Amino acid sequence: MILPRLRLAAITHSFAHEEVLSGIDLEVAPGTVTALMGESGSGKTTLGRVIAGFVSPSSGTVHLDGKLVAGNGEFLAPELRSVGVVPQEGALFSHLSVAGNVAFGLPQRTGRSGRATRAKRVQECLEMVGLSGFEDRRTYQLSGGQQQRVAVARALAPSPRLVVLDEPFSALDASLRGAVSQQVADALSHVGATALLITHDASEAFRMADSVAVLAAGRIIQSGPPSELYDKPRTLKVAQAGGATVLLNATRHGPLLSTTFGSIPQSQVGYDFGGESGILVLRPRQLRLTPRPEASFRLETIRIDGEYVQACVSDANGDRIELKSLRVSEFESSVRIGDSVSIELLSAASFLARESPA
Amino acid sequence: MQPRALSVPRSALVIALLAAALAVVPLAYLFIQALDAGWERVLQILGRSDVLQLTLRSVGLALVVGLLAGLVGTTTAWLVERSDIPAPGFFHVLVVIPLAVPSYVAAYAWVTWWPVTASFLGATAVLTLTTIPLIHLYVTAVLRGLDPAQEEAARSLGRGPLYVMVHLTVPQVRRAIAAGVLLASLYVLADFGAVAIMRVPVFTWVILGAYRAGFDPSRAAVLAVALVLVSLLFIVSESLARGRGEPTTSARGAIRETVQVPLKTLRPVAVCALILLASISVGFPVASYIYWWFGGRSEVELEEFIRALLTTLTLGGTVAVAAVLVALPLAWVVSRFRGVLSVGAERAVMLAHSLPGIVVALSFVYVGVRVLQPIYQRWPLLVLAEVALTMSLALGVLRAAFEQQPLVLTEVGRASGNSRFFVFVRVTLPSVLPAIAASLAIVAITTAKELPALLLLRPAGSDTLSTRLWAWAGVSDDASVAPYALTLIAFSVLPAFVAARLGRPTRASVMVDRRELV
Repeated sequence: MILPRLRLAAITHSFAHEEVLSGIDLEVAPGTVTALMGESGSGKTTLGRVIAGFVSPSSGTVHLDGKLVAGNGEFLAPELRSVGVVPQEGALFSHLSVAGNVAFGLPQRTGRSGRATRAKRVQECLEMVGLSGFEDRRTYQLSGGQQQRVAVARALAPSPRLVVLDEPFSALDASLRGAVSQQVADALSHVGATALLITHDASEAFRMADSVAVLAAGRIIQSGPPSELYDKPRTLKVAQAGGATVLLNATRHGPLLSTTFGSIPQSQVGYDFGGESGILVLRPRQLRLTPRPEASFRLETIRIDGEYVQACVSDANGDRIELKSLRVSEFESSVRIGDSVSIELLSAASFLARESPA
Repeated sequence: MQPRALSVPRSALVIALLAAALAVVPLAYLFIQALDAGWERVLQILGRSDVLQLTLRSVGLALVVGLLAGLVGTTTAWLVERSDIPAPGFFHVLVVIPLAVPSYVAAYAWVTWWPVTASFLGATAVLTLTTIPLIHLYVTAVLRGLDPAQEEAARSLGRGPLYVMVHLTVPQVRRAIAAGVLLASLYVLADFGAVAIMRVPVFTWVILGAYRAGFDPSRAAVLAVALVLVSLLFIVSESLARGRGEPTTSARGAIRETVQVPLKTLRPVAVCALILLASISVGFPVASYIYWWFGGRSEVELEEFIRALLTTLTLGGTVAVAAVLVALPLAWVVSRFRGVLSVGAERAVMLAHSLPGIVVALSFVYVGVRVLQPIYQRWPLLVLAEVALTMSLALGVLRAAFEQQPLVLTEVGRASGNSRFFVFVRVTLPSVLPAIAASLAIVAITTAKELPALLLLRPAGSDTLSTRLWAWAGVSDDASVAPYALTLIAFSVLPAFVAARLGRPTRASVMVDRRELV
């Protein structure tokens, strides 16, 4: 059995009597990227700080490569944990050059060969993040994306056991975010780094991570591979965190779950809480809206929003049903407001939730 | 916020330029007076060996105090901001509260108990104790401005607290420390009361002596000009050291606490050192004055005290209102219409504030003697001099308040069809009322403690708390000095406390504190 690089057991932490982390269990395997995903205030940054050693947890244990580093009366200082940190806005040392930043955590070696070794490592790390030739630049001469990449190079330079990336791309423009996160993902994979990516961005988490843990109100509500979280979310929060959703009221009738748009076998539902009725959560690709003269629904409004379509249909009784986030590819462009339309359930639903949508 | 390029209202600009003139024109008269006896005489005065000694002594005292206060003040700031010292908020206040004790009040207590402290070393000790809070506030503000994520990143790279402090924190705050040291040095150069009580012949005391001696009117002016030049050297150095500040980012997103460095066995030592520092700086003088007041026979009659108190309050109030009335349009112009004239006017006002009080006071004496004879040694000229000395305090506070107000508010007001004046009165002014109140208080208290201008320009027979204290100190009547000293300390406790509680003291507030000590 491979020893996990990081193991958190029953981590709980409170600030001023307010519990911000509650019974967190998490394992990160060596050489993998795990995303810790959650909304603002969910406790994800605090958990990152617990792992890095900047916060001592109120209870629970932190193990790195099987070694206890926090909990049970033990506390290993941050500098002794070999956990690199990439903060939100890079936090580059403004009085040092790019090379000075990257070399900051490298062993101090004297003599010509020692200096050459350091310089070589700095060069390697900058190459890894696509910033060769930037050694002598000052940090304020770099763009936001370049600063983040230097911060990653700096964290990777001493070859840490684990790298904690705390919302590393949140300060970047949307146009830059994709490209920079890809470069960082490539750099992490190039060195086989073990990383914990803290983010609120589902697409970033799903794109970069081998495993995703969803944190809400200080608890991990589900963790697993991105595909599992996307297709079989266990709560509405996870479903919504994983991407666009379509929500339909459903009632159990024997082996089928009935909705306004037809029935679906229970066996096709990824996760079923077992109640008599609930909210059926679907991904946009699981519904198709097509014009059909004899259909019983009438299209009231449509609005194209990026790759999704927001539509509103009315049934024979005149009741309006909002269909948010239909996929454009599953939507026939010839349809017009006032047309009769049919709505098909295409494949297995994501899950049946007990709770009402927020 | 970037001020927009709109036309400056002429009336505001006129007031701004008048403010600048009030600050600068008297200095011109100082130069004229100095040159009155001719260049030969000037060079003769400056060429005397005692002037060289005087310069070396003055600069030496300023630098030694600046460096000592820099060392201690930086350490106390680091202890409060970065170490795991208990109750850091309490200790922060404890380090800053000595701002409430004017340097001459502290100096008198020391000299009275131990006359041997009336020396260069004694002055060094007293002035160091009074300037430590300045450096502490300055460095604390800079440390708080540093992104804690940088220190966390450094620790995560395997570097211990000491390494991080030496290689990351100190290099980033060294400019601020240097600027703080020079600011403290500038304060020492300007100090008059403490050096006079401790009988250290530095510029300020010697200038007053030369002026009072009267037989050589040029000498005081020439020495004052020399002091202006030395001060300018410090002002420029401080400005260069401060630079534009290191571009550091401040962490956003999750609230993070600064990582505290465990002091381990040194923790009780640090606590004791801070308590000792506060005891010497505040506890000792306050206890001394209480002891003298209640233990001795004070010659101060209630009527004399009340008269001095009322004069102080009246003068402080008048100067405060006048300074704010002048500073208000200037602050508005500087914050909204940054141009050569407005920046020049602001710099002129700041210069008068940065120069030693004795120099500015002497300048007004020459203005009074030469062109304003009818009001010489009368209240109006004294008020003008005090306004020149203190208006930059109000300017700093008001300017910061104007800059915090979103420009869009006034734009919306104008867009609704209202005149600029109407918008200023109904929209701009109400939002800076707290700053106006703060400016009034700061200027009034500073004036109450001011000494050189009061000694040189006050009408005959009129006295304030500080001049009465000075008179009783002159005859070494401890019991009679005590009520005045304690009243002045009581006046200053509140602003010192406010300075301590302000999370991030701005440069303006640091300047406030510096002047408060004079």
